[in-house]
Amino acid sequence: MTAAVFFGCAFIAFGPAFSLFIFTIARDPLRVIILIAGAFFWLLSLLLSSLVWFIAMKASNAEDTKVQTGLLIFGVFFSVLLQEVFRFAYYRLLRKANEGLAAISDEETSPISVQQMAYVAGLGFGIISGAFSMINILSDTLGPGTVGIFGDSQYYFITSALMTLAITLLQIFWGVVFFDGCEKSRWWVIAVVVCLHLLVSGLSLLNPLYEGSLPPVYAITVLMAVWAFFASGGSLHNLSLLFTRKILFVLQLICFVKM
Amino acid sequence: MVVVVATIKSVSFYTQKDGQQLIYTPFREDTETVGQRALNSILNATIMISVIVVMTLVLVLLYKYRCYKVIHAWLFFSSLLLLFFFSFIYLGEVFKTYNVAMDYFTLAVIIWNFGVVGMICIHWKGPLRLQQAYLIMISALMALVFIKYLPEWTAWLILAVISVYDLLAVLCPKGPLRILVETAQERNEPMFPGLIYSSTMVWLVGMADNGETRNNSSSSSSSPPPQQESHGDFALEDDGGFTNEWVGQQEQRLGPIQSTDESRREIQQMASARPPPPDDDEERGVKLGLGDFIFYSMLVGKASATASGDWNTTLACFVAILIGLCLTLLLLAIFKKALPALPISITFGLVFYFATDNLVRPFMDQLANHQFYI
Repeated sequence: MTAAVFFGCAFIAFGPAFSLFIFTIARDPLRVIILIAGAFFWLLSLLLSSLVWFIAMKASNAEDTKVQTGLLIFGVFFSVLLQEVFRFAYYRLLRKANEGLAAISDEETSPISVQQMAYVAGLGFGIISGAFSMINILSDTLGPGTVGIFGDSQYYFITSALMTLAITLLQIFWGVVFFDGCEKSRWWVIAVVVCLHLLVSGLSLLNPLYEGSLPPVYAITVLMAVWAFFASGGSLHNLSLLFTRKILFVLQLICFVKM
Repeated sequence: MVVVVATIKSVSFYTQKDGQQLIYTPFREDTETVGQRALNSILNATIMISVIVVMTLVLVLLYKYRCYKVIHAWLFFSSLLLLFFFSFIYLGEVFKTYNVAMDYFTLAVIIWNFGVVGMICIHWKGPLRLQQAYLIMISALMALVFIKYLPEWTAWLILAVISVYDLLAVLCPKGPLRILVETAQERNEPMFPGLIYSSTMVWLVGMADNGETRNNSSSSSSSPPPQQESHGDFALEDDGGFTNEWVGQQEQRLGPIQSTDESRREIQQMASARPPPPDDDEERGVKLGLGDFIFYSMLVGKASATASGDWNTTLACFVAILIGLCLTLLLLAIFKKALPALPISITFGLVFYFATDNLVRPFMDQLANHQFYI
């Protein structure tokens, strides 16, 4: 395909995650480690779920496409459940590590808060899940070919990129909300996160009926963004402060320049 | 690791099997039966490992009997070979891949400058970042050579066996690396240049009385001996620049993750939650042996070269190695003595490579086929 497709899809899928990484994670080695460890936990969950799927696939009839598709769908849901289990496991690990960090640091508190760890862990999950979904497709865009020549949809690449972006953002928000729910022992929050993850994966099963999958997923993303914002301590007051401060700052700049 | 993967993906030279093998691995792997292939690869791996063991012992003996000149000459010559000859070949192949026309004069000037600056940075003084960059480049070159010239199963076997050897050599009381470390500690000497990669500033405190300034940065432990194989490098175990100041520092500082490599085995780490103070002139941060770098890069490079799952496998190995390194550094912070850097990372890397290639790849391919998302 063309370089435009490659760069376009790459930036759509990875742009926000990459810029989040550069601006918030890259400078702090502790956050980098938490990010990579989050990616590792996601990889572990993927490994286990694909092991289960592989065994099931080998044990069943390889010719029967219906059974295979059914097994694949089962694999998808099992993988989602396992991801959430590993997210919880990672939460427990980070809590323990937090206590250790607080013990060895000079001040009495840990250098990183649970909300920050939740964000970084979510970003780790998001980046690695996006990478695994998208990178092979991206490398195919650099090669020759015609999209949808056998009758499939022509919008394969762009919808993949959009879906990957949605999943990445969703993983971040789910991370924040999940950890917050665990901290405050609100188990219904965790149940809702798991259900939403299952719902999003279920919606992706509607592909290639993209009208059925992409808009609902993005609606869920926006809702999760709002929820995560409020769960991490944001409020409408903070938002208004942000805007007035920005306006004040801009006004100051203008005055300064004029003088 | 990124350099190695990028090169493997773009320059086909390093993945072509043109039938040549290093003299250290005389048995061929293109045999008819699986059993024969397995046997050959085991024999190859055994030969390689014994060469490495022998080289390590030679180095330890040389160090014990204070034949510093010999060691220096060896390291000097190895890094010379790497910086000039191997990078010449590498540049040649890159130009061929991208169809760039280049005359010999320009090439000579480029290689000369690159090599000389590299020698100065590694064996004498230089900006830390530049030194780290050079060490990374020569590690990547070594890894590429290995990937090209080692047959499949031999390479995986070697990786596995070398981790075990690393574990034994560093932790057993009679292990050569441990002897090296302890001897260096007794004599209160810094590590050889070109064998260790360090993450932080050069230490000149305590080195100043030595005639030589050793950079804490790693020495190119990977400098190969005159032949293509540089097993000797791997065999080099530096005590990783243990110095008394370093040992005395109980503070844990988290240096950049790429801290120096010890000649592969030893990792000293001072990890801390805060960045090191800027006026710190002493050696801090982690030291990692260059051989460690080489084997990490070799694993990831092989994953990208031979895995049919393409990028997923490479990514998984990458993450696995980084996590292994983090765990090793954590253990270093807990135990505060020289630790082997290879075992945990290589184990994770190998497990993830085989698991991702055989289990995850079909799963992800099927998912991408139907555009299901998890």
